[in-house]
Amino acid sequence: MNFFDKDLQQVHEDLVNKKVSAKEITQAVIDNIKNHEEQLHAFLRVNEAEALAAAEKVDEEGIKDDQLLAGIPLAVKDNILTDGITTTAASKMLEHFKPVYDATVISKLKEQRFINVGKTNLDEFAMGSSTENSAFGPTHNPWNTDYVPGGSSGGSGAAVGAGEVLGALGTDTGGSVRMPGSLNGVVGSKPTYGRVSRYGIVAFGSSFDQVGWLTQNVKDNAYLTSVISGHDEHDMTSSDREVPDFAAGLNDSTSVKGLRIGLPKEYMTDAISPAVRKGIEDAAKLYESLGATVDEVSLPHTEDGIPVYYILATAEASSNLGRYDGIRYGFRAADAKNIDDVYVKSRSEGFGPEVKRRIMLGTFALSAGSYDAYFMQAAKVRRMMANDFVDVFQNYDLIMAPMGTDVAFKLGSETQDPTQMYMNDILSVPANMAGLPSMSVPAGFSKGLPFGMQLIGKPFDEQTMFNAGYVFEQNTDYHKQHPQLGGQN
Amino acid sequence: MNFETTIGLEVHVELKTNTKIYSPSAVEYGDEPNSNTNVIDWAYPGTLPILNKGVVRDGIMATLALHGQVRKHMHFDRKNYFYPDNPKSYQITQKDTPIGHDGWIEIEVDGKKKKVGIEELHIEEDAGKNTHSPNGFSYVDLNRQGTPLIEIVSKPEMSSPEEAVAYLEALRQRIQFTGISDVKMEEGSMRCDVNISVRPYGFDQLGIRSEIKNLNSFNFVKRTLEYEIKRHQQVLMSGGQIAQETRRFVEATGETASMRSKEGADDYRYFPEPDIPPMDVSQDWIDEINGQMPEMPGERRKHYVDDLGLTDYDAKVLTQTKEMSDFFEETVKDGADAKRVANYLMNDVNSYLNDNHVDLPDTKLTPANLAGMLKLIEDGTISTKMAKKVFVGILDGQEPAAYAKEKGLIQLSDPAQIQPIVDDVLDNNQQSIEDFKNGKKRAVGFLMGQVMKATHGKANPGVANKLLMKSLNAR
Repeated sequence: MNFFDKDLQQVHEDLVNKKVSAKEITQAVIDNIKNHEEQLHAFLRVNEAEALAAAEKVDEEGIKDDQLLAGIPLAVKDNILTDGITTTAASKMLEHFKPVYDATVISKLKEQRFINVGKTNLDEFAMGSSTENSAFGPTHNPWNTDYVPGGSSGGSGAAVGAGEVLGALGTDTGGSVRMPGSLNGVVGSKPTYGRVSRYGIVAFGSSFDQVGWLTQNVKDNAYLTSVISGHDEHDMTSSDREVPDFAAGLNDSTSVKGLRIGLPKEYMTDAISPAVRKGIEDAAKLYESLGATVDEVSLPHTEDGIPVYYILATAEASSNLGRYDGIRYGFRAADAKNIDDVYVKSRSEGFGPEVKRRIMLGTFALSAGSYDAYFMQAAKVRRMMANDFVDVFQNYDLIMAPMGTDVAFKLGSETQDPTQMYMNDILSVPANMAGLPSMSVPAGFSKGLPFGMQLIGKPFDEQTMFNAGYVFEQNTDYHKQHPQLGGQN
Repeated sequence: MNFETTIGLEVHVELKTNTKIYSPSAVEYGDEPNSNTNVIDWAYPGTLPILNKGVVRDGIMATLALHGQVRKHMHFDRKNYFYPDNPKSYQITQKDTPIGHDGWIEIEVDGKKKKVGIEELHIEEDAGKNTHSPNGFSYVDLNRQGTPLIEIVSKPEMSSPEEAVAYLEALRQRIQFTGISDVKMEEGSMRCDVNISVRPYGFDQLGIRSEIKNLNSFNFVKRTLEYEIKRHQQVLMSGGQIAQETRRFVEATGETASMRSKEGADDYRYFPEPDIPPMDVSQDWIDEINGQMPEMPGERRKHYVDDLGLTDYDAKVLTQTKEMSDFFEETVKDGADAKRVANYLMNDVNSYLNDNHVDLPDTKLTPANLAGMLKLIEDGTISTKMAKKVFVGILDGQEPAAYAKEKGLIQLSDPAQIQPIVDDVLDNNQQSIEDFKNGKKRAVGFLMGQVMKATHGKANPGVANKLLMKSLNAR
């Protein structure tokens, strides 16, 4: 079985009406994952025994009408801590790390009795744009397995893209949910910074990290986002704003009538492939035909986004990853003779090359001789970028833009050139920089590969973003096309 | 050549909050290693600091107690370094926006008063503890990790070891009175780093300074500074140059030794802590905390002298610690005479505490019971001699009147009971009456002794003496 063209409500009804049991559906998902794994390698661990036991329990307890997530198998990016289930962050450093607590997002889903069907692959410590930086081998794009699924939540993107699950959790520091969303032809969103607790997320760039969902459709994405949102006493940066029921707030096509949409010119440069450009222009026309206005706007500091992001996020990462020192948990080099050996050897052997590169970048940006010129300067430009958005949102309700410059690239084609790899995130990092909600919705194809449209909302106004995404989805059929994978479907 | 010395002190004060600064683990000593820890203290992946608001409150309290300005808008910073007792690989501290700044305290050395400025106060976390075993293993105990600290940085405004010690004493006393810390150097709840430089008289520019870390007694601070002054002067006199470096005090020799030079200093790569949002402190909150500020030792001393009639010296001794001062005030409030309470606390109680190496709160002595005992003395129920025995009882938490009664320590003060005994004694000692009549005053002493003997020492000497004289004269 697969979940293409299905949604939470339908699967839930099948469960309530006993057309299928939670155990049967979980078993089917596991079988489907296993059929694809050789081609995709979307998972680092399939939680077969745990998932089936949990499903059986849900079947025994029964599912009420309003328990939409009970018995629904979903996947979890492997940098999100799951109590008793190995959480590796795709790093040798945490290869055998079994957490003793659940991330807050997992606790919230467990309260709804979801089924954690497996832990998905990612770039090591979520550092990458292609999932090629996983210490346990890359994930492949379900549309063409020679291509990358994007990153860093590439495993979650591929699993949803291949129809294996209705939804998968990801984390988005600079585009890590939305880029795989775009490149796998699914919906990927990141809420406003502070909307979702970061407790239990293996930290990368603390002031950027947010948890988000990859799903088959916008409505499920909106629903699942509401479930994991809300203030958490374990995370001081989580907001205590009221969490709307985003799915219930979705409207039909009339909801974009009068909507003022800005299309930043800095996002439509020559770097954008013709197909993607046309896709976005078509999308703009569609919105206009539905009663919205689309104007060209300007976010003048966009081009500074990548250098600024790679200074600030790596600076935070260099500090956040210091705890992997071989002392208390995780990998420790076998032949360490003294304390410096424990540090140097454990970290040299435990981290992969991209993680080391970023630790060094961040360490440099923070060191005494370069702090003012790099970190301070970047922090200033970050504020200017955030102010650009504030200015645009004075007159506009929403921003639309390409999610990426093009469709997915081939595995191995960019691994030799880190800066080229970093440029993939040029259109996704600004939303992280400003802490804004952003999502990718399927918006077209090129060379048989999908690409997405990006929507960026005002702070804590995910609703407008989801509405616009939903209207676009309901008036297009990009999301109805699916990859043809070998193996049994 | 004459020299002048410039001293600045950095004092770490451990707060006695119930829980740690960034985690809900208990702040508790002497427990099994790592028992007062949780995922946050282990720097487990995914954990985030949760700021204990009580620590901010205590930081404001300390700032106000040291006449400082409270910062209205502040953030925290990360100080990055690797060490096994530092599990996150960074310490969360305040570098850019310390909670308090520009304070001062008054010190007095040789009768001369002086204000010493306080540069800043900031709140931060303590590290864990490493121990090294002879078996070749090292162990990490994270119980202390995350214990809240306030670091108080003085201005470099002290010029002698005596001033430095006076500053520390005044600082310790003021902090102790706020109740936010035990400030016991011997237990590590107060630690001190000193910065010292020496320059020839008249030079504008300060000399190169040495920093001596982790001094844990006033005496060590004094000895360190004395040694350093000598060392600096000798180097300067011989035409040498002081190296800017961090040193440590070697107790065995009374000297200091180099730890590391500033050239090779660590780069801590400070940056703003992203996991704790910047914080606003309202004037209302500051006012509220100010309203809870206990009376400081100086104000109390003035009250004791002006209103209770104590001497300056007594007032000073009684305000050494807040416990003693509070105890004194409670006892007076319970109706005992202030001077009598002061004497008893400074003599009997203090010698007991010193002899047994305990603090007032460690005993079962209560102000009510001490006041009760002092009243028994005042109204003649017990003698001062008997009081020594009753004191043993109240130290053990006994109620003084009941205890005195049970132990037979009640004085015989009723004339109706003493008169027959006096009559008896006189009847049996005709010779002494004769002697008295013949002007031998010594006879009175003998007769009093007989009365005391007959009452097993319980007769109230005043009453007995009065009755005896009256009866003698009547015979």
